[in-house]
Amino acid sequence: MMKVEQKLFENRYRIDEGHGHVAIREPEICRERCTTRSCTWCCPAGCYGTDEDGGVVLSNDGCLECGTCRLLCDEFDNIDWSYPRGGYGVLYKFG
Amino acid sequence: MPEKFDVIVVGAGPSGNAAAYLLAKGGMKVLQLERGEYSGSKNVQGAIMYAEALEAVIPNCRRQAPLERAIVEQRIWAMDDRSYVGSHYRGESDEGAQPNRYTIIRANFDKWLSRKVREAGALLICETTVIELLRKGNRVIGVRTDRAGGEIHADVVVLADGVNSLVATTSGLRPPVKARDVALAVKEMHFLPREQIEQRFNISGDDGVVIEMFGKITKGMVGTGFLYTNKESISLGIGCMVEDFKKAGVSPNQLLEDMKRHPAVKPLIAGSEIKEYSAHLIPEGGYNAIPAVHGEGWVICGDSGGFVNAVHREGSNLAMTTGRFAAETILKLRDEGRDFTAAHLRAYRTALEDSYVMKDLKKYRDMPGILHHNRQFLTTYPELLSRAADTFLKVDGVDKRTKEKTIKRDFVARRSRFGLVGDAIKLVRAFR
Ligand SMILES: Cc1cc2nc3c(=O)[nH]c(=O)nc-3n(C[C@H](O)[C@H](O)[C@H](O)COP(=O)(O)OP(=O)(O)OC[C@H]3O[C@@H](n4cnc5c(N)ncnc54)[C@H](O)[C@@H]3O)c2cc1C
Ligand code: SF4
Ligand code: SF4
Repeated sequence: MMKVEQKLFENRYRIDEGHGHVAIREPEICRERCTTRSCTWCCPAGCYGTDEDGGVVLSNDGCLECGTCRLLCDEFDNIDWSYPRGGYGVLYKFG
Repeated sequence: MPEKFDVIVVGAGPSGNAAAYLLAKGGMKVLQLERGEYSGSKNVQGAIMYAEALEAVIPNCRRQAPLERAIVEQRIWAMDDRSYVGSHYRGESDEGAQPNRYTIIRANFDKWLSRKVREAGALLICETTVIELLRKGNRVIGVRTDRAGGEIHADVVVLADGVNSLVATTSGLRPPVKARDVALAVKEMHFLPREQIEQRFNISGDDGVVIEMFGKITKGMVGTGFLYTNKESISLGIGCMVEDFKKAGVSPNQLLEDMKRHPAVKPLIAGSEIKEYSAHLIPEGGYNAIPAVHGEGWVICGDSGGFVNAVHREGSNLAMTTGRFAAETILKLRDEGRDFTAAHLRAYRTALEDSYVMKDLKKYRDMPGILHHNRQFLTTYPELLSRAADTFLKVDGVDKRTKEKTIKRDFVARRSRFGLVGDAIKLVRAFR
């Protein structure tokens, strides 16, 4: 099975250092209240993971800007989501 | 005093490009804003393009367009775990007639269409994200972008910003898009030498084959897989409803990887080089999920208005057609010297209602609900069909009548007589 990270390696990105466009609002909610944590498997780029002490961590870099995480976190509305600044983010060669 | 335009078009996908092209051709001062580096750099599609919808915008342009292959064969496969039952349709266009459907690569196609838009006289500014709409009371009077001093005014704004529809949502013009109304699709581009593609799919020249797949490959979720031939690559992808991914606990990448291992798919992509992995949402809520499409000084087109016919996998054509109707409505109001009020822009809604756009969406309005509540169409039936074919075709000394009985018993055992009849009625109703 081919891992997501391997696949993302083929993509082109222009990373906006220091300007993450997706962020978890309240890490506590992920840790204490969210039982589904569907972001950890639904994100097609594997941007969400869990850390040792039961929290959820997010890394923006491979984001494909699909918007899935924003929609599925509807119970807590805990994701602050916007498009990257103009020109940044994923740059599809084929689409 | 900020700069002022006649029209601002937000987004440079097929809907925004169709609208901007016609508005500029019609002599309006058009500003088009696109967040990507170029038109197409953010966009994902299968991709099947319908020439009629394109040429309704730019007549007889297909020879110039970067098309991949003309589709001569369509396969539909109902997939079980290690087999499928399928139907193939192959047919050349009539003598002298042009093909109706082509595969395309969106980055190339969008770039080309965008050049046409600029040649028509529209001003395109890329690398600019629209943040929200400017309002004066109820009336939309322009947009705010992420650039310094980024307020720009216009008499009317065309929202063509795609499925997430953030601009309209942030500005309170529509309710937020819901997880149950959108599908998430993941896709890979598999490159292979041209001759190999032609051999594997029994085609030559610029002829192409497309395969649509449903059944066990989506693991009980509502969705479909696809495999489309391009000149030197194969587009392979699979998509399911976001809400289903959430409930099923299946990762999109895993789903795609499992599909690639299916014995019917694997040999078709063997030895290929993957050059891109993409993901994109598709609005699949159908007629019932379409928001208000016009208001004071604004209209909404394409995916951001939810214009996708999921049953027939049509989206780009609806995008171009809704963009065209929006432009035609605006041009007509300008000619008549009328203002872009909600009452006047209602003509856009009427044009949609009178065309295939709303007629088709209305026809299938119950389909999302039916699939949502009847997973047997995606799991049990493909399996039963495959088993039936296997039973009937195996030469093992059992007589044919006994085989027929076994198949019938299989169906009844899984769905009951009552269930079978009910399912048939549901399907007929949904397609009527
Ligand atoms: C995997 C997949 C397969 C598909 N297959 C088919 C198919 O075979 N045939 C078919 O007809 N349809 C298909 N579709 C549907 C089709 O791709 C869409 O319906 C079509 O692209 C919609 O066009 P659009 O112009 O409305 O939106 P988009 O093409 O999404 O364009 C929106 C544009 O707006 C820009 N934008 C967004 N927000 C902002 C902002 N705030 N500021 C500035 N710019 C912004 C984006 O960068 C983008 O360029 C498929 C879709 C997917 C995901
Ligand atoms: S779904 Fe939302 S609340 Fe739950 S873990 Fe993910 S980000 Fe946190
Ligand atoms: S937008 Fe899509 S790719 Fe980006 S983090 Fe959210 S789910 Fe993952």
